[in-house]
Parts: sequence; C-alpha cells; structure tokens
Amino acid sequence: MGIRGLAGVLFLTVAVIWYLSGLEGYKIFVPGLAQGAAMTLQITAAAAVLAVIAAITAALSKLYGPAPLRWLAITYIEVFRGTSALVQLFWLYFVLPVFGITMEAYEAAVLGIGLNIGAYGAEVVRGAIISVPRGQWEATIALNMTRAQALRRIILPQAFAAMIPPWGNLFIELLKTTALVSMITLGDLAFRAQQMNQTTMKTVQIFTLVLLIYLAMSLAITIGMRVLEHRAARGILRARAA
Amino acid sequence: MIEFPMVSFENVTKRYGALTVLDNLNLTIARGEKVAIIGPSGSGKTTVLRMLMTLETIDGGVIRVEGEPLTHMERNGQLVPADQAHTRKVRAKIGMVFQSFNLFPHMTALQNCMEAPVKVLGLSRDEAEARSTELLEMVGMSNRRDYYPSQLSGGQQQRVAIARALAMRPKVMLFDEVTSALDPELVGEVLQVIRKLGAEHDLTMLMVTHQMGFAKEFADRVCFFHSGQICEEGEPTAFFQNPQNERSRQFLRAVLEAG
Ligand SMILES: Nc1ncnc2c1ncn2[C@@H]1O[C@H](COP(=O)(O)OP(=O)(O)OP(=O)(O)O)[C@@H](O)[C@H]1O
Ligand SMILES: [Mg+2]
Repeated sequence: MGIRGLAGVLFLTVAVIWYLSGLEGYKIFVPGLAQGAAMTLQITAAAAVLAVIAAITAALSKLYGPAPLRWLAITYIEVFRGTSALVQLFWLYFVLPVFGITMEAYEAAVLGIGLNIGAYGAEVVRGAIISVPRGQWEATIALNMTRAQALRRIILPQAFAAMIPPWGNLFIELLKTTALVSMITLGDLAFRAQQMNQTTMKTVQIFTLVLLIYLAMSLAITIGMRVLEHRAARGILRARAA
Repeated sequence: MIEFPMVSFENVTKRYGALTVLDNLNLTIARGEKVAIIGPSGSGKTTVLRMLMTLETIDGGVIRVEGEPLTHMERNGQLVPADQAHTRKVRAKIGMVFQSFNLFPHMTALQNCMEAPVKVLGLSRDEAEARSTELLEMVGMSNRRDYYPSQLSGGQQQRVAIARALAMRPKVMLFDEVTSALDPELVGEVLQVIRKLGAEHDLTMLMVTHQMGFAKEFADRVCFFHSGQICEEGEPTAFFQNPQNERSRQFLRAVLEAG
C-alpha cells in the first residue's frame, strides 16, 4: 500500500477511536486507556532511540572493533536475541537488585526492550553495511580516506537506505513488545486494559479500543518509515525520476 | 641527489592460497613514464595495480614509490611492515580509476570530486570547489557537475571518476581497463581525456588495457604479462610490429583475430 493509502487507514482508525470514545459504554475507559497509551508511547520512543544506538555500536564493534570489543558485541547480540524479552525484563527488574543493582521499573523497561530490539537491529545494520559494494571501499582507499571517514561519509549513508525497511519492522515489533512491561508493574496500555477488564468485565469495549489504539500507533510508525525510505531513495536514485 | 624511479617493484610475489599470481616481479617505472600493461586474462595485470594502490597485500619483495617503501617502512635500518600512517603518506602519491567507476552514488559529480580534497587534504570548500570545477572542465563534465552518477552515462561517470582521482594531485595514476565496462561509442571520449592527461609530462601513468591501438599510440613502454611474469617489454612500435616472444606473438595474433 502506498503512503497515501496508509495515511487513509490511519485517519479512519483514529476516526473510529474518536467516535467510540464518545459512546456511553466506552466513555468511562477513555481516561485510563489514554494514560496507558501515553506510557506505551513513551517507552516505545525511548527504547527505539536506545535500540538504534545499541545496534549501530554493536554492528560497528562486531565488524571493525578490536577482538575484545568484537566479542563483547557478539555476546550482547546472541544473549539478547537468544533469550526472551520477558526474561530480560525480569532480570533487569527483579534479579539485578539481588546483586545490588536497582533501577526504576520505567528504566528497566526502556533498557530491556531497547537492548532486545537493538540486538536484532545490530544484525540489520551489519547486513546493510556489508551490502555496500566492495568497490565503494576501494574508492575510499584510492582517495586515501581513513576508515572512519569512509564509514561516516561513504558507507553508512548508503547502508542507511538499505536498513530503513527492516527497521520499520523492528519498531513495530518494539511497540508490541512493550505490552510485556505490565509484568514489571508499569501501567502501559495493555496493563490498564487488563486492570479495567477485571473490575468491569466489559471485555469487548475495552479490547476494541485497545486494538484500535495499537493499530493506530503501528500505522503511524509504518508511515513514518515509508516517508524516510522515500527520502533516502531519492537521495541515491534521484536519477531515473529526473 | 639520486633520482629515484617513480615506482619500482622489487621481487614482488603475490599469492592467493596455493596460487602464485605474481612471481618475483621486477618492474621499474620512471617519472612521467606512460606504461601500458597488456596480457591474457588472469595473467596478473589488475593485481599489479591493486598492490600499488594498497588494495592488496604482498607476500614477498618490496614496492617503492620515489624510493620510499610502500608496504614497508624502515626502522633501525630494517624493513618492517608499514603502519597505517606510513601507508597513507606514501599512498597519497597514487590515484586509481576503476573499470566499474565506483563513484559515490549519493553525491553529485562535484561532491564526488570535492569529498577527499576537503576531508583528506584539508582544503577549504572554496579551494576544493575551484580545483574540482577546473578538473571537471578538463574532462568535459563541468555542465554536469550537479548530476548524480545514476544520471550520467558510463563514459560520463568514468570521466568524473578521472577528475575525482586527479583532484588529489597524485603523481602516479593507475587505470584498470577503464573503458571495458563502456558501450563502444563511449570509449572514445574517455580515451580522449586520457590522451589529454598524457600530455602532462609530470604525471606517471600505468594502464591496463585491451585497446592495443591506444596502447601503441599512447604508451612509452608496453609490458606483456603472462602467468604472473613480464614475458616481454619494450617500446610499443617495436613490440607490436615485431614481438620477440612466442607468447606475445600468440597473444597479439589472438587479439587481432578477435578484431
Ligand atoms: N581475491 C582473489 N582471490 C583469489 N584469486 C584471485 C583473487 N583476485 C585475483 N585472483 C586470481 O589471480 C589471478 C590474476 O588475477 P588478475 O585480476 O590480476 O588478472 P588480470 O590479468 O587482471 O585478468 P583480466 O584481464 O581478466 O582482468 C587470476 O588467476 C585470478 O583468478
Ligand atoms: Mg584485470
């Protein structure tokens, strides 16, 4: 679907949420769910920033770092991809305090989910970097550029375009993973929904709203990434269009 | 003062695993000399240029540029493998143009030319732009300076690539079959640019080519490679009219038949 089509679906989704929020059976859930949605968004945004930073750092370390750094990166990637996000959150919030390391639930949530998605992202970044043709590296050597200059100015900008679509998937994965934070006492969208469901038993109303809110958020992510993709492609392939 | 040769390969050996690609190569190139490297596929022609550009390591011998070792450096009178700083210092004298152009696709022709002069040589943007514009003019591409590589024909891309390499002011230029990826009607425009460069007597040029006519007209010397060794070398007119080696004769015959 094109960007316009997606924007249309997003508009429709938001319109339906708006309409339902006004109805008698739904109204009472709106403030609680809005608070939950705000928490979900906040964790998603913070964890996404952390994931990107962790992914780039780990990918560059694995590709070009000295041996110890490379092994550290490989260990990070394998541990965080090889165990479930839920177990990671439990470790950060419940197990680490046993060893004297304590953090707020919110910090544990951002750290756990950010590092989890970052581990998958590291492989995306690495794949995009090594997909840049070898001739590009050779040209930078022939121009006597340093490796850092080559990466920053030539290789990463080209790899960037290749990583946008897979990052779109990862951000949506990230959004869905945030539902786990209710297990470490945070009041996100999923948590509020369950809580209200237990007290009111209005399952249909509550979870209809929740579904639509998650859908709206992931559509917004998809659209954002598509716009980025479009921009990046224009930079590199401006050609044929012109 | 002793005048060092511009480039010298001294007993240089290159292997890929068990395959010896270059076997004790000795080749000396004078300042300003234009050398054409010809020979059958797989004879090691590209490897010679890539070693000089430091795109390949070497397994034996020494390469020198103006007397200074490229892959080694002197420490306490001994030759030890060069470190990054030394390699970059010597490599600065060398530029290369590739068969597949290798322009940076996310930069315009002008940006391609300005990038390294600004980042590597530390030129101001104004200086780099002036230098790049002049070179793009020289290769006949000044009217396309704001085009991206994908908006240019192969011949145009290759001319930009030549300007980009020249913007670093190398003393030695390496050309590896720079017209092989081009449609026949675009070959001439690139060769024309190389001819123009050849008129600059200071620039040393090494060119791997399958264009025998161009090699004959352009080069001061032809080196015929076979199985990782220089089988025959000499002044082009003599070489093409009266090759001495059986292998050179075979090769030239085959090339002529292929037309
Ligand atoms: N990276 C590599 N790994 C293994 N073998 C290689 C590699 N690069 C080159 N070779 C081998 O080294 C030999 C010389 O290669 P080179 O590219 O120098 O030949 P060439 O004379 O340039 O040939 P052509 O005219 O086809 O370009 C060939 O046998 C080739 O297969
Ligand atoms: Mg070759």
